[in-house]
Amino acid sequence: METLKFDLDTKSLREVNQFLHGDASGLNGKSIVIENPNGAHNIAVGLKAELDVTIKGHAGYYAAGMNQIAKVTIEGSAGSGVAENMMSGHVHVKGFASNAAGATANGGLLVIDGDAGLRCAIALKGADIVVGGSVGSFSAFMAQAGNFVILGDAGEGLGDSIYEAKVFVRGKVKSLGADCEEKTMNAEDRQILADLLKKSGYADVSPDSFKQYGSARTLYHFHVDNAGAY
Amino acid sequence: MSDEKSTDTIHKTPQTSPRQSATFDEYTNSEIRRAAATGIYDIRGGGSKRKLPHFDDLLFLGASVSRYPLEGYREKCGTDVVLGTRFAKKPIYLKTPVTIAGMSFGSLSGPTKEALGRGASAVGTSTTTGDGGMTPEERGHSTTLVYQYLPSRYGMNPDDLRKADAIEVVIGQGAKPGGGGMLLGQKITKRVAKMRCLPEGIDQRSACRHPDWTGPDDLEIKIAEIREITDWEKPIYVKIGATRPYFDVALAVKAGADVVVLDGMQGGTAATQEVFIEHVGLPILAAIRPAVQALQDLGMHRKVQLIVSGGIRNGADVAKALALGADAVAIGTAALIALGDNDPHLEKEYRKLGTTAGAYDDWHEGKDPAGITTQDPELMKRVDPIKAGHRLANYITVMTMEAQIVARACGKSHLHNLEPEDLVALTIEASAMAQVPLAGTSWIPGVTKF
Repeated sequence: METLKFDLDTKSLREVNQFLHGDASGLNGKSIVIENPNGAHNIAVGLKAELDVTIKGHAGYYAAGMNQIAKVTIEGSAGSGVAENMMSGHVHVKGFASNAAGATANGGLLVIDGDAGLRCAIALKGADIVVGGSVGSFSAFMAQAGNFVILGDAGEGLGDSIYEAKVFVRGKVKSLGADCEEKTMNAEDRQILADLLKKSGYADVSPDSFKQYGSARTLYHFHVDNAGAY
Repeated sequence: MSDEKSTDTIHKTPQTSPRQSATFDEYTNSEIRRAAATGIYDIRGGGSKRKLPHFDDLLFLGASVSRYPLEGYREKCGTDVVLGTRFAKKPIYLKTPVTIAGMSFGSLSGPTKEALGRGASAVGTSTTTGDGGMTPEERGHSTTLVYQYLPSRYGMNPDDLRKADAIEVVIGQGAKPGGGGMLLGQKITKRVAKMRCLPEGIDQRSACRHPDWTGPDDLEIKIAEIREITDWEKPIYVKIGATRPYFDVALAVKAGADVVVLDGMQGGTAATQEVFIEHVGLPILAAIRPAVQALQDLGMHRKVQLIVSGGIRNGADVAKALALGADAVAIGTAALIALGDNDPHLEKEYRKLGTTAGAYDDWHEGKDPAGITTQDPELMKRVDPIKAGHRLANYITVMTMEAQIVARACGKSHLHNLEPEDLVALTIEASAMAQVPLAGTSWIPGVTKF
């Protein structure tokens, strides 16, 4: 596989991103290394080719935002909104992720080895997110679809106003948000969890050590009797 | 005897006429009864219905001895506008400053979105998507399409972002600044549900805040992300509801907006609480001058374009908005009326719904007899996208010509040459808000001494 290196100390982010947005037929299968990211925002956003991008260090906001098809690995920590609105592909954060990781992501897989900040998986729309550590408060807020696996603990208000997304937590949950309840894990959900653990490098972790959470569906139709829940 | 009788009549205690309270008027009382019966606030569509200081409170002075007018039908009066000249590689060129405001597929029917696209394209202006994403029909029929980037991100995907001609980051709207939305289950059909990744038939809440940024510093990074994704080609608008226009416009400029869209409280919504529509935000008349002042203070007036909306109805409103410093306007409610919304020929059906033509605003219920604010497959057939689009094109053409008539009378060879000096106000309130003199005086409250 051909590997191309870009050094953000000497090349502008705009040049790098525009190269990565080039004609897919010329980019597919290429391996890209981005050196000296130094926390720059918006690295490798809007990718839409079969690229394998490695960011050698910490990334700022929205790294790999709106990703399609590409595989992006961040060999450091990521700022807010990593892989936000991802459509497909694979984003791997080897360090920690800040707030709103995987926000509104529609597809693909986001793996965070460390902890994630507040509002992880907010308004999730179908992607899979696996967090090796713990997640901050208000995670999975209004999460609509997709699967969200947390190997550590979850903060306050997990799954507040959640729709049809599935949340799996191995550690402690500080509190559940409005309309989020513990579910009984059925065989299909257990398989989803087992597959995700395997795909994200946690094949040795038993799905049975997780509890599952989802929507109680009591707020799906606005009713005055529920006003106190908001 | 007869004399006695007439004396009695004269001495009978006189009665006063029945007097309705101005405070507890008929509508107020009906709302109290409705709230008492249901225990839930009223939800409706549209914008503020109360009487507000508005463009009608302003007059153009026209040319006379001290000013030269231009010849109607003969001398050129330009109407074109270029949006997105600050950063975008591909700014938008429009033939008229009248654009179509953001309205969603979901709140509006598919044929209605198509009609908006056809009408706008015919006269060389833009349409705007709404919550729920971009439909192929809309993209296909709109020569210039602005893609709204909303807090809910329903239907948001980068392919559509790239297909758009401009991107509008929506922070708020005039009908409900600080509020999200609610599309009730009856309008969440299979197609709408699929576009929004939600179960069919549930009430769907649109978020009031963006999920992955808070505050102006984050907004700057978000705008940069969208620019990076679209390779700095597309103009990026920032839409705000009119609340603190001076500061919000200044922050939008600081965050890197190419265009600021400022929506007053008369601007419509698909559905929100009546209390929100009528009691939060500013009428557009009060918001334009502070917004323009912010642009001028930053040296960005005419470099970052300003689109204003909320109650724009005719060419006089367009001319007045531009004279106060806007670069363009957006119409929503007026465009729907041009398409056939609230038309008196449907009066019998409006009556069945307990309302009357002109007053129908339960758009969230999806029963619109005009087929516009509905997802009912039978009702939406009533909108002929070609005919309705033609009506919209006619209407925008009329508005544009009316604005030209006024501008020529003021001696202006382009609508953008209109200026506050061309205007006076009929009321002290309008004078203070628009910062133009009270008619017949040189007094501008808050600016000059009486």
